[in-house]
Amino acid sequence: MRHKQIISAAFLLTGVAAMSFAGPAKPAGGSVSGKVTYEGTPAKQKPIDMSKEPSCAKQYTTPPSTETVVTGPGNSLADVVVYISAGAPDEPPPSQAVTFDQKGCRYIPHVLAFQTNQELKVVNDDQTSHNIHPLAKTNHEWNKSQPPGTPPLSEKFAQAEFISVKCNVHPWMHGVFSVMKNSHYAVSSKEDGSFTLPNLPAGKYTVTAWHESYGTQTQDVTISGSETKSVNFVFKAKPY
Amino acid sequence: MRANKLGLNWIYLAAAALLALPSLAAAQQDPNSQQGSAQPATQPAPAQQAAAAPAPAAAMHGPVRQESHIGKLTGHSETGRKLYFRFCWGCHGFHGDGNGENAPYLNILPRNFVAATFKCRSTPTGTLPTDQDLYNSLGRGLNNSNMPSWISLTDQQRVDMVAFIKTFSPRWQNEKSGDPINVPAEPTLTVESIKHGQELFQKLECWKCHGQEGRGDGPSASTLTDSNDQPIRPYNFAAGSRFKCGVTNRDLYKIFITGLDGTPMPSFADVVKPDEAWDLVHYLRTLQVNKKSPELALWMSTKDGAAIVSAQKISGTPTGAGINQ
Repeated sequence: MRHKQIISAAFLLTGVAAMSFAGPAKPAGGSVSGKVTYEGTPAKQKPIDMSKEPSCAKQYTTPPSTETVVTGPGNSLADVVVYISAGAPDEPPPSQAVTFDQKGCRYIPHVLAFQTNQELKVVNDDQTSHNIHPLAKTNHEWNKSQPPGTPPLSEKFAQAEFISVKCNVHPWMHGVFSVMKNSHYAVSSKEDGSFTLPNLPAGKYTVTAWHESYGTQTQDVTISGSETKSVNFVFKAKPY
Repeated sequence: MRANKLGLNWIYLAAAALLALPSLAAAQQDPNSQQGSAQPATQPAPAQQAAAAPAPAAAMHGPVRQESHIGKLTGHSETGRKLYFRFCWGCHGFHGDGNGENAPYLNILPRNFVAATFKCRSTPTGTLPTDQDLYNSLGRGLNNSNMPSWISLTDQQRVDMVAFIKTFSPRWQNEKSGDPINVPAEPTLTVESIKHGQELFQKLECWKCHGQEGRGDGPSASTLTDSNDQPIRPYNFAAGSRFKCGVTNRDLYKIFITGLDGTPMPSFADVVKPDEAWDLVHYLRTLQVNKKSPELALWMSTKDGAAIVSAQKISGTPTGAGINQ
C-alpha cells in the first residue's frame, strides 16, 4: 500500500515536471505576419521645441520630431499595434516586466504594448522631473511624479485599453500604453512596418491593427496546421 | 407614501426613455458606438446596452443601489437620487457625466461621476475616494470652481447624495475605496524645516508649474490641461488663501501624497518622505504672503525670509488670471 502511494506520487511528480517542461514550447502553431503601409500623404511631423527644458534640448543636435505618425521606407507605417482581437483566449501575464523609458524628454518606445497585469517599469533617465500621467478611461487614471535619480515605478493595468500617456511638465511628451488581453501582439517596426504574431494554434482569428492617428482595421484569418498566414494592412493617411 | 415613491420613479423612467431616444438613434448609426465603454463621457450608454452588459452603467440609475457610511449615518442612493435631480443635475447632468445644461458655461467643467476620477481624496492616486472624502467635498465646495458648499443641506441629505453619486460608475460596484494614506503628526515648525521645504521645491521642480514664487506662472504653466483637455492653471499661492481640498496643513500634506487626480498635479507618494512632505507644507505657507500663518511669521523673523517675502508682490487672482507670461 505504502509502496503504491510512493509510486503514484513519483508518477505524479514526473508528470508535473514533464508538463511544466512542455509549457513554454507550445504545440507547433501557425503564425500571422505581414506589413503595415499607408497610402496618401501623412501629416508632416513637426520639430519639438525643448528650449524650456535645456537639460533635454542639449541632448539633440537637430530637434527631434513629434511621433503621431512614424513612417519608414516604402510607405511603411510604424507604431501600429497588431493583435488578435477575437479567437484567442485571454492569457495570464508573463513574468518578465516591460520598460518604458523617459530619455531626452521623450518616451522610449513611443508605443509600448504589454499584457494585462504584466509588470510595467517606468524609468526616468533624465536630469529633470517628469510626471507620468496615463489618461486611462477603462483602467484607472493616475498621475505620479518621478524626479531624477528615483527608482523605477512599478505599475500594472488590469483592463485591455489603449491609454494615452503624457507628462504635464513637458507637454510635448506623448506616448501610448497598449494593454493586451493575450500574448499574440506586435508593434509594426520602424524599419519596414513588419510584424509577426507567433504561436497561434489552428483556428479562426480576427486580426486588428490600431494606429493612434488613423484608427483601427480588422481582417479575419483562418490558420490550419503550422502555416504562416500573410496579412497586410493599408491605412489611408491624412495630411492634417 | 409608498405609492408616491413609485410614482416618482415612473416619472424618472419615462423621462429617461424620452431623453435616451435621440441618443439611441445616434448610437445605432455610429459604428464606433461599441467602444462606448472606453469613452463614457461622450457616449451615454443607451438603456438596452446597459441592460445587456453591466459595464456602461451611465444611464442606469435604476438597478444599481449604493450605500454610504459617514460616522453613524448611513446614506441611501434612492433618497440621494431625488436630491441629485433637484440640486446637482443642472451641472453634473442627467447621466452624471458632467454634461448638464449649465456645463458649457462653466470654466472648470463639472465632475464626471461616470469616470469616477476625483481631485480631493485621502486615498492614493488612481484609487476611489472614501465616502468621507466625497462628503467633505460636498460640504466644503470646491474653491475657485462653480461647485458651492452644500452645508445648507442636512448631514443626512449629504450622506444620501454621496450614496447616489456612487451609482454612476461601475467602479463602485467592482472595487473598494483606496486605503486612506497615513498622515503622521506634524513636526514642530522650525526655520530649518521651511528652508528644507524651499530646497525640495527646487529639487522636485514644483516651480516648473507653480513658479518660483508660487504664483502659478512657471514655464510649463501656460501649457497645462486637465484630463478633459481643458486649460488649467496651477494655484496661485501668493494671491489665494484657500485650497480646493481643504485649508489645514494636514489637507496640504494629503495633496502632496495623493495628487489631484484628473489634473496635472501628480502624487509624490513614492518620492518624498513624510518629514519632507511636512517641510514642503511649511514652505508653501510662506508663499501665501497675504495670509497670516505661523510659518509666514517665523519666516519673516529671519533675515533671508523677510527679504524674500518683502520682494514678493501680490498680483493676479488665485487661478492665475491676469498673469503675463
